[in-house]
Amino acid sequence: MYGKKVKLRILFLSLILAVLILTVFLVLKSLEENVVYFISPSEIKELGEIDYNKKYRVGGMVKKNSVNMSADYVKFIITDFKSEISVKYSGVIPNLFIEEKGVVAEGFLKDRNFLEASKILAKHDENYMPPEVKEALKEK
Amino acid sequence: MFEYFNPYRIFKINSILQKIIFFCFILVLSIGLVEALFLSPEDYLQKDSVRIMYVHVPAAWISLGIFSTIAFLSISVFIFKNKNLILISKSLAPSGILFTLIALVTGSIWGKPTWGTWWAWDARITSMLVLLILYALYLLSFRIFKDQVRSNKISSMIAIFGAINIPVIKFSVDWWNTLHQPASISLTEKSAIHSSMLVPLVIMTAAFALFSVLIFLMKYNTELIKIKNKGLKRL
Repeated sequence: MYGKKVKLRILFLSLILAVLILTVFLVLKSLEENVVYFISPSEIKELGEIDYNKKYRVGGMVKKNSVNMSADYVKFIITDFKSEISVKYSGVIPNLFIEEKGVVAEGFLKDRNFLEASKILAKHDENYMPPEVKEALKEK
Repeated sequence: MFEYFNPYRIFKINSILQKIIFFCFILVLSIGLVEALFLSPEDYLQKDSVRIMYVHVPAAWISLGIFSTIAFLSISVFIFKNKNLILISKSLAPSGILFTLIALVTGSIWGKPTWGTWWAWDARITSMLVLLILYALYLLSFRIFKDQVRSNKISSMIAIFGAINIPVIKFSVDWWNTLHQPASISLTEKSAIHSSMLVPLVIMTAAFALFSVLIFLMKYNTELIKIKNKGLKRL
């Protein structure tokens, strides 16, 4: 159907693209540690060695009834429903920092169960709805 | 048959189309903005800041759509050496880069009150920044390389290689832990956005799409004028 030149170009392009996709895949795979924005409490437990001078970002859900606010700091527990980690933080709290919603805390690990955060970010989910609908869902 | 495709005729049809689309754009945008800013409900969690979504999400969709189109056209250009397709993709790019920029800026404005930060180097946001750079390179390649054959080749290569970034953007939120939330809308599952909020989102997407078509037609006519000034009868 196509001429010889056209066929050759199609072949050439598919070959280049295949190689390129493979390269990008391998690069991203090897950089996975840097591409992920945060790690879960379970992954903290599984870490081979903890670098106490390095900042870690830990993400998960704020455990229900775990937020403990006092005058100059807030303490809470991040859970991924398998493991948990306690976080202590002092500073500005984002608006959407709520129990049972996502959070990412960045700071230094004191040990595998305790993180002293210097920054916390709220991570909301993909659900959007009016307040009335949320109420109706709750009643169910 | 080929009479219909002569540049002069296309130019005239384009000029008329532009007026119609401009009118439609203003109409749809007004309806969309009224829906988005006043008629749609606030979110149970984010309150009024959810309204930024009605600009952010359509802009991101359109920017991805335009880049995919450019990549697809560039593949055809590379294989079939059709010069008209280059003109089309070249004319599409300006609205693409504009919407990428809008998506990044509105995302930043949205991120501050909700997440608590203007910027995060997570996979979704970084890959969107890469898209912006790719658009910039694509547009620049036409300026840097004066030789048309060369600029055509290099620009289509940028678009074809850059297309790998598109699935990375789309699936970044599923492949890696990101601060950005996963997709709310998919073809197979029920939307995670309540229907009352879906209405302004769809209307705003239509408005932005009309805007890109309008800019595309204008750019395309500019390219036709350039060809005429060079004294060429055909591409």
